[in-house]
Order: sequence, then structure tokens, then C-alpha cells
Amino acid sequence: MLYFSRWKIYLILAVCAAGVIFALPNFFSRETLASLPSWYANSRVHLGLDLRGGSHLLLEVDMAAVVRDRVEGLVDSARSQLRTGNIGYTAITPAEKGLTVRLRDPAQADEAVKQLRQLNSGNAGVLGGGTPELDVAANGDSVTVTLSEKALRDRATQAVEQSIEIVRRRIDETGVNEPTIARQGGDRILVQLPGVEDPDRVKRLLGTTAKMTFRLVDVNGDPAARPQPGMEVLPSAEGGRGPAAYVVRKKVEVDGANLKNAQAGTNSQTGEWVVNFEFDSVGARRFAEVTQANVGRPFAIVLDNKIISAPVIREPIIGGRGQISGNFSAQTANDLAVLLRAGALPAPLTVIEERTVGPDLGADSIRAGLISVAVGFVLVCGYMLAAYGTFGFYACVALLVNIILTVAVLSLLQATLTLPGIAGILLMLGLAVDANILINERIREETVRGRGAFSAMETGFRRAYATVVDSNLTTVIKMILLFIFGVGAVKGFSVTIIFGILTSMFTATVLVRLMMVAWLRRHRPSMLPT
Amino acid sequence: MFHLRLVRDNTRIPFMKGRHAGLIVSALLSLASVILFFHPGLNYGIDFAGGIVIEARTPQAADFPSLRHTLSGLNMGQVQLQEFGSPQDVLIRLERQPGDDAAQQRAADQVRATLAKEIPGTQVRRVEAVGASVSGELFANGMIALGLAMVAMLVYIWFRFEWQFGAGAVVTLLLDITKTVGFYAVTDIQFNLTAIAAILTIMGYSVNDKVVVYDRVRENLRIYKKMPLRELIDLSINETLNRTLGTSMCTFLSVLPLAIFGGEALQDFGIVLIFGVIIATSSSIFIAAPILLFLGENRLRRGSPDSEQPAAATKPAP
Repeated sequence: MLYFSRWKIYLILAVCAAGVIFALPNFFSRETLASLPSWYANSRVHLGLDLRGGSHLLLEVDMAAVVRDRVEGLVDSARSQLRTGNIGYTAITPAEKGLTVRLRDPAQADEAVKQLRQLNSGNAGVLGGGTPELDVAANGDSVTVTLSEKALRDRATQAVEQSIEIVRRRIDETGVNEPTIARQGGDRILVQLPGVEDPDRVKRLLGTTAKMTFRLVDVNGDPAARPQPGMEVLPSAEGGRGPAAYVVRKKVEVDGANLKNAQAGTNSQTGEWVVNFEFDSVGARRFAEVTQANVGRPFAIVLDNKIISAPVIREPIIGGRGQISGNFSAQTANDLAVLLRAGALPAPLTVIEERTVGPDLGADSIRAGLISVAVGFVLVCGYMLAAYGTFGFYACVALLVNIILTVAVLSLLQATLTLPGIAGILLMLGLAVDANILINERIREETVRGRGAFSAMETGFRRAYATVVDSNLTTVIKMILLFIFGVGAVKGFSVTIIFGILTSMFTATVLVRLMMVAWLRRHRPSMLPT
Repeated sequence: MFHLRLVRDNTRIPFMKGRHAGLIVSALLSLASVILFFHPGLNYGIDFAGGIVIEARTPQAADFPSLRHTLSGLNMGQVQLQEFGSPQDVLIRLERQPGDDAAQQRAADQVRATLAKEIPGTQVRRVEAVGASVSGELFANGMIALGLAMVAMLVYIWFRFEWQFGAGAVVTLLLDITKTVGFYAVTDIQFNLTAIAAILTIMGYSVNDKVVVYDRVRENLRIYKKMPLRELIDLSINETLNRTLGTSMCTFLSVLPLAIFGGEALQDFGIVLIFGVIIATSSSIFIAAPILLFLGENRLRRGSPDSEQPAAATKPAP
């Protein structure tokens, strides 16, 4: 029990030394770190957004819009499918998850079901699994088409994954370092942007769907009147430089998905900011065809159901290049170019949670945290010295090593230190020293009962051990639960406590024992002072 | 060597004499806390209620009346302004805005814009905006964590000791937690995610404290086979008193700096933990032990070999 073999002593000291070595990179300057091998330099505690400053955004994909889009598309294809099948209908009404067709002649119901099932084949393959995307059923003179649950789920997954990709591309363009973009739950995306003090630009970039379409303008249409079938009235975003709204065809001539590139630039004649774009081969061909057939007519560039500009086609554009002029500043032109390059989001995103901390507040928090830890350490050590003298001093040494080891473990795991994490380190000081108090009290008790120094120490350690394990394990269990259910910064609190407690079991029972035994061997008292 | 003793050695304080008083006082305090929980209720922070918090630093000392006037002019419901740290630091709290999740964002942006216009040079140091859907989930998760922690404690102690100990610890925990919640209601400290962490920490600390007393009771049950349980529990508490108070002192000393230097976020945490340390320490002595006495009288004593067995089996080799 009180005997430490030579290799055991070396092992204990080696663990402590390793702790110091792996805790060190946290205190090196940037220059020193650069000169170290990366595996070592990277083993550092990462600071949470609340300490280094930055923005935490939780985005939600608007699933209703995803389904609505799909239903709208379905209405269009149902209409043309029924027309090909020569089936007369009086109305096609979109529903929440599908549509209802009212037939002119109920006798055609079977034929209609057959035709509408055709809509399936194209999509079933894409969604995979062979499960039909649509359930088609006839009921008298009406036929209902419903999107299956699986189809809805697949589409939702697809929408979120696609959104994550687009969000990543857009954020990469803004030059934020080390962003975290992750899916969370069914329809959410977590975005963490370290160092971004003003997240407004990012929020604006993410809040834009950026669905761009090119459509023909109905010059004779009256925006105030009810639009003709196949037409719609869209507001203008030109900022008072043209009409407030246009009547445009619903039919999309060219889609933003066919863009190959977009860059902000200035118009050489007017000096205005513009966005230059370039189509891929499909887009270029479509663009050429449309402009050829419609010279002299205005062609609307529509972004998220707002018309950015509606220039008149002067001549066919066959090179696949074009220019969007609007009321742009350098920033807005750049942002639009970013959006176009990154592509459109499949559905709008809403910010449902935002937590932003400025970098100087983060620095203040770190300072406050370090002061608190230092003061806490001094107070606890003061008490231990007063209560247990030399043995109290050993407990303080163990406590210091404990902090170092905790930092080392957190560094090796590259865990994130948050503001509550600092609180966790402080609390750990109090909890870790508990083991030493238990042991010291036990030793004292045994001494009071008349045991000699060696025997008291041996019995004290043995008896206290079970209690130490019991009391620490309960805390660890609770912190694991907090880690599982906790969110963000609170997770950091539980992580520091968990590792703090685990390392304290080592320092309090092994390291302290080593020191006490060394003391005993040097002084060889027959009885311990009480 | 100077040895500070919080209590002198070999005390023989008859704690169990006060068991009825202790339980009654505790029950009344917890009952009062439950009432306070429903009325007036807790001051739910934005994590659980949704809403907006903005921390700003103004170039000069903030003019609160005019700031309050300006912000109420935005028609965003009740605006709470609070100074903390220095007179330049203002904490602005807005209740959850009606409408969808995006409404929180719009409101937060509007407040920022207003601050920038009315007090040029104002630094917005922190913005938190939580929508209704997120806050509901956070609350549910927090409650699940508390519930599971409770069950985990019960199971752990039940396995390590006997059911009387587990029941005693969990009843004590319930009493401790209700009082902590009552503390939140009385002090009007924000009840948010940090509060869940604080409650879990207090639970952990409280169980930790009980385990030490229980460990000693179990040990003494084996040593003094004839001693009545009441005396035995008194003896065990007295024997561990220095440790109980010493650990409480150390935990108190370690969280004290949080309450003093912790800044806006951690100050509340520190204050609640200080309360928790006091509650948990007193409940180890005045609540957990009497409950064990009530549940264990005639049971833990009768058939000593029986009660000895699980204790001996679980003792780990050092």
C-alpha cells in the first residue's frame, strides 16, 4: 500500500510531466506555435464562441415551402399530362400534400388515374427505393394525387442537405475562418462563425433564397389588374427607376441553375456597379433562343420573386454572357454575385436562434474567468494549508497538477472551453479537494484512535478510497447527462467537470499518496501530529 | 503546524433529536418554494421563454430614462434595462415578440439600428435572440436532464447501498431542488440553461455529501452491531462533520469568486451555487439522515449479516 516501486514512481511523474507538456501549447504565442510540429501545436483547448467572440446561428429550413413548391410543380405537370391523355377536367386544386382533379366525365376516372400515375415514373427513380412518390386514387368524378410520406421525408432530407451545401458555399465566400456548418435534427442547420462580430451580412446572405429566373415581360399587361392565366404581377426592386411592378409570364425561360459564373464589376460607360454572369452551355443555348425570338421586348431578371431589372433585348445574346444592372452598391453587387455563384436555396431559411458575442466581450470574459480561477485557487489552498498544514500543501500541489492535467486532457481532445467551462474548472477546485479532505480526515481519525503514522496513513487511504469513488462517480454520472442534454456552452461546463473529476481521482489518491509517503520516509514520525 | 478545525474533534452533537424540527422546517420551505414556483413564478430567461437580450456599452454613462423612453417607443412590449458592471454597460431584455421565429430577428435588428442612431458610438457586445420553437425544446431537454439525473442517482445509490439509502437521498434531493427553485423565484434570478446546470451541480454536490455520511453509516453498522440506529447515525454524522464542513467550505471558497468576478453570465450561477452548498450541507445532516432513520429503523438493524453482505461485496480493493 505505502510502497511505491521505482517504475511506478517514474510512471506517476511521467504522467504529470506529460500533463505539463500537453497543456503548454495553450500558453504559447502564435509565432511559437507556428514553429512547432502541427500535431503538437494543434493540441490546444479551443475557445468557445462566447470566449473568442463570434456568432452562433440556428437556421430552420422552411419545409412548408419545400412541399408547396413540389405541389405547384405537380399541378403544372398534371395539367399537361391530362392534356396529352385527352382527359377533360374542370379544375385542378392544390391541396396541402397533393392535388385534386375534378373530371368532366367520371367515366374517364380510370384513364385519368393511369395518366396521373405516369407522373410517378420520372421521380420514382430519382428518389430511389422504387417506392412510388405519389398515391393516386379515384373517387367518383375526382382524382386525388397525394405525395407519400416517404417522398416527403426524402424531399425534406434532400432540401436540408442541399441547403447545407449552399450555405457552406455562401459562407466560404465571405472569408470567415473555421466556420462550423452542421445539420441538426430534421430540418435545422447550425452555423457557427468564430470572430464574426456583426453577423448581419451573413444573415442577409443566408436569408436570401437567391432563386433567379429570366422571364418575359407582358408589356401590355396592367399590374393593377388581375393577371391573365399564366401571368403574374411581381414587384420591382429597382428602387423607383422604373415601374413599381411588372406583369411577367409565369413560364421560366432560363433558370439561375444554368449559371456558370457571376462576378461583380462596374459598367465601363456609366461607372455603375453591375453583376456580370455567364451561362453554362444549356443556359447559353436557351438564352440565345429566347433573345433571338424576342428582340425589342423587355426581359425580366427575377430574384426571389422580385424584379431586379427588366432590360429591353436589343440584339440576340449568343455568347452566353450577360449583365445585370440595378441599383447596386459595391457590397450589394458583390453579395448578389456570391449568391448567384453559390446557387439557390431549395427553400427559405429562417434564423430561429442567434447568439452573438463581440470579441472584446469574449476577452473580458476570459480575464474575469482567469481572475476567478486564480482567486478560487488561492482561497481553497489557503484553507487547505490552514486545516492540514504540510498535507494541505500536498493537496494544493495535487490541485495545481489536477488543473494542468485537466487542461492537458481537454487539449488532447481539442475540446471547446466555454465561459461555463471556466465556472466548471472553479467548481472542480472545490470538488477535487474533497478527496483530499476525506483522506486527511480519515488519517487524522486513525491517528486520534492511536494508530502509528504508517498504519494511520495506510488505513486512512484505504478507507477513504471507496467513499471518494462513490462521491465522485455520482457527480460524473450527472455531468454526462448534462452533456447529453445540455446545449452549446453548458456542454462545455459538463466536459470540464467530467475530466476534472477523473483527473482528480489520480492526483488525490495517487500523487498525494506518493508525496505523503516520501514525507513519511524522510521524517519517520512514530505518530502523525493532529 | 497550525491546524484549523471547523469543529473540534469527537463532538457528540445529538442531531437526531432535531430530526422532526429539521424535516418540518425543510418541508415547509419546500412547500413555500413550490407555491412560489406557481405564483409569482420564475423569471424565465430567453433560453426558455424566447426573446432577445442585447448587451451594449455606451460611450458615456448610459442615460437610462431616455434609453428606456426610446426603446419603449419601438412598441416591442416590455423592455427591461439593467446596469451591470460599469454604468456604461447596459443589458436590454425584450420579451418574445409575437409572430414567427423571424420576428425575433427583426426586433433585434431594429434595436441595434435604434441604438446606433440614438447613441452613436454604442458598441453592441452581445446579442441573443431565441425563437419560440427553440426555447420550448431547450426547456423540455433541461427537464429531461433533471429527471434522468434523479433516476440515475436513485439507481446508483440503490446498487451501492440499500434501498433505504437511495430513497433517503432522492427525497432529500427533491427537497433540495425545490428550495433551489424557490431561491430562483425569491431572488428573481433568470431561470435559463445555466440554471439547469446550476441545479444539476447542486444535485451532484448534494448527493456527494450524502454518500459520505451514508458510507460512514454503513461502515459503523458493521462495527457497532448493537448500537441503536439513532445513536449510530448521530455518531456517523459527528465523525464526518469536519469533512462535511471542510468540503463545503472549499466549494464555497471556490464558487465565491464567480459570484464576485463572474460577470453578467456567471454571477448568478455563483450566487445560486453558494445557496446550494448551504442547502446541501444542511440537508445531509438534518434531512437525509433522519429519513434514513425513519426508513431504516428495525430494518437496517435486524439481521446484521444480511445488511452486511452488500456492503462488504462492493468495497473495492484499494
